[in-house]
Amino acid sequence: MTEQQHTSHTPAGLIAFAWTLVGLPLAYGLYQTISTASKLFTG
Amino acid sequence: MAVPSFLARERIIARPGFNRWLIPPAALAVHLCIGQAYATSVYKTALVADFDSSLTAIGIVFSIAIVMLGLSAALFGTWVDRNGPRAAMFVSACFWSVGFLVGAAGIATDQLWLLYLGYGVIGGIGLGIGYISPVSTLIKWFPDRPGLATGMAIMGFGGGALIATPLSRQLMGWYDPAYDGTAATVASGDAVAKLFVTLGLVYLAFMLFGAFIVRVPAEGWRPAGFDPSTIKAKALVTTKSVSAANAIRTPQFWLLWVVLFCNVTAGIGILEQASPMIQDFFRESGTSTVAVTAAAGFVGLLSLFNMGGRFAWSTTSDFIGRKPIYMVYLGVGLVLYVLLATVGSSATWLFVLLAALIISFYGGGFATAPAYLRDLFGTYQVGAIHGRLLTAWAAAGVAGPLIVNRVLDARGEPGSLVAGDYRPALFIMVGLLAVGFVANLLIKPVAARFHEPKADAIFTDTTPETSAAR
Repeated sequence: MTEQQHTSHTPAGLIAFAWTLVGLPLAYGLYQTISTASKLFTG
Repeated sequence: MAVPSFLARERIIARPGFNRWLIPPAALAVHLCIGQAYATSVYKTALVADFDSSLTAIGIVFSIAIVMLGLSAALFGTWVDRNGPRAAMFVSACFWSVGFLVGAAGIATDQLWLLYLGYGVIGGIGLGIGYISPVSTLIKWFPDRPGLATGMAIMGFGGGALIATPLSRQLMGWYDPAYDGTAATVASGDAVAKLFVTLGLVYLAFMLFGAFIVRVPAEGWRPAGFDPSTIKAKALVTTKSVSAANAIRTPQFWLLWVVLFCNVTAGIGILEQASPMIQDFFRESGTSTVAVTAAAGFVGLLSLFNMGGRFAWSTTSDFIGRKPIYMVYLGVGLVLYVLLATVGSSATWLFVLLAALIISFYGGGFATAPAYLRDLFGTYQVGAIHGRLLTAWAAAGVAGPLIVNRVLDARGEPGSLVAGDYRPALFIMVGLLAVGFVANLLIKPVAARFHEPKADAIFTDTTPETSAAR
C-alpha cells in the first residue's frame, strides 16, 4: 500500500503514443470504409 | 485459479496522479483486435473454395466463435472481475492469437475441424474474455461518464471490422498476387493461412500493449471535481452492490436480457442480409436498380453507423439516462422498422436512412448495456454480470438470421425476392422490439434483499462480504 501513496505523473507522450497507436488503424479503417460506402451514392 | 504475479490486480493499482485517459486506448487495443470477428465474410468464399465445402459449413466457424463468446463471457466473468483487466487481456490475447494460429494450421493442412477448434472454440474464448476485460475497469475510472467510457471501448469492437476487412483484402493480395480483392477473384487457401498467421501475431502484440498499460483505480479513488451525490440522486442508479450470483436471480437482469436479445435480434436481421436486401427492395421486372458495388457501399455505411451509434448513443445515455435511451432504441426503432416495411421501397435514400438509424440503435444497445448494469447492480461484479448478459447476444446471433432466412426461404429464391417478401420478417422484428420496449419499461430498482450486506460505494473497488444466497 505504501507504494500506492507515491504520486506519479503519466507522461503526456505515453498518452499521445497510446492514442496514436489505436487511432491510426482506426483512421485507416474509417477511410477505407468511407471509400466503399461512397459507392452507394456514386455507383 | 491464481495468476502469475506480473498479471495480478495488485500490481496494476494506479498511483495518485495517474491519468485515466490512458485506459480507453488500452481497452481499444483489445476491442479493435477482437472486432475482427465481424470481418469473416472477407475470406469466406476463399475458405469455401479451399475446403471444397459449403457456405453453411464455413459459416459455422463464425457461429461457434459467437456462441463461445457468450459462454466464455458468462463462465469467466467472475474470474475476470477477481483477477483484473491485465490478466484478462493477457489471457484473451493468448487465446485469440492461438485461435488464429491453430486455424491457420487447419487451413494449411486442409482440416476443417482444426479451423472450428482454432478460430471457433479457442478464438471464441479469447473473444468472450477480451470483450468484457476492460468494461468494469472503464466504469470504475469514469464513474462520472460510464456511458462514454464503455461506448469508446465497445465502439472499438465495431471499428475492428472496419480495419480487418480492407487489411485482410490487402494482405491476401500480397500473399496471392492472383487475388485482386474483387468478387471476380478468390484468394488461395495458402494466402488465407498466411493471413491468419499475420493477424494472430499482430493482434497478440497489440493486445499485450493494452494489457501492459492498463491500470485499476485505487480504492476510494474518484475523479477530481466529481460529486458522487449527483449520480446517487438519479433514479435507477444504485450505490449498493449486487453479486453476479444474486444478479441473475433478479427480474431486472432477465428483463435487461430480453431487452438486449430483442434489440440485437432486430439489428442482426438487417445486418446479415444487408447487401441482398437493398437490391431486393429496389427490384423491378426481375432486375435490381441497385448495383452490386452500391450494395457493398450500403454494407460499409451500415458498419459506420453501427460503430458511430455505439459511441454517440452510449455517451448520450450519460445525460438522459439508461432507461430513456433504451426507450429510444426500442420505441423509435420499432417505428423505423414499420416505416422500412411499408414505405422503405419508395426511395433509396429513405431506405438507407431508415436502415442506418436502426443499425445505430443496434450498436447503441450493445454499448449502453454495461452502464445500465452498473446503474442497477453497482460496480462490484459488473464485469461478471455483463458476461452473463452477453448470452443474450449469442442467442440473438442464432435467432436473428434464423427468422430472416426462414421467412425469405418460404417466399422464393434469392435473386428473385422483392420488398414485399421481407415484410413478414420485418413485422416479426417489430413485434420483438415491442416486447423489448415493454421489458425495459418494467425495469425498476433492484430490491434491497439482493444487495450485499456490507455497504459499498459504487466508486470503490472493495470486495463486500458474500451475502447469503437468496
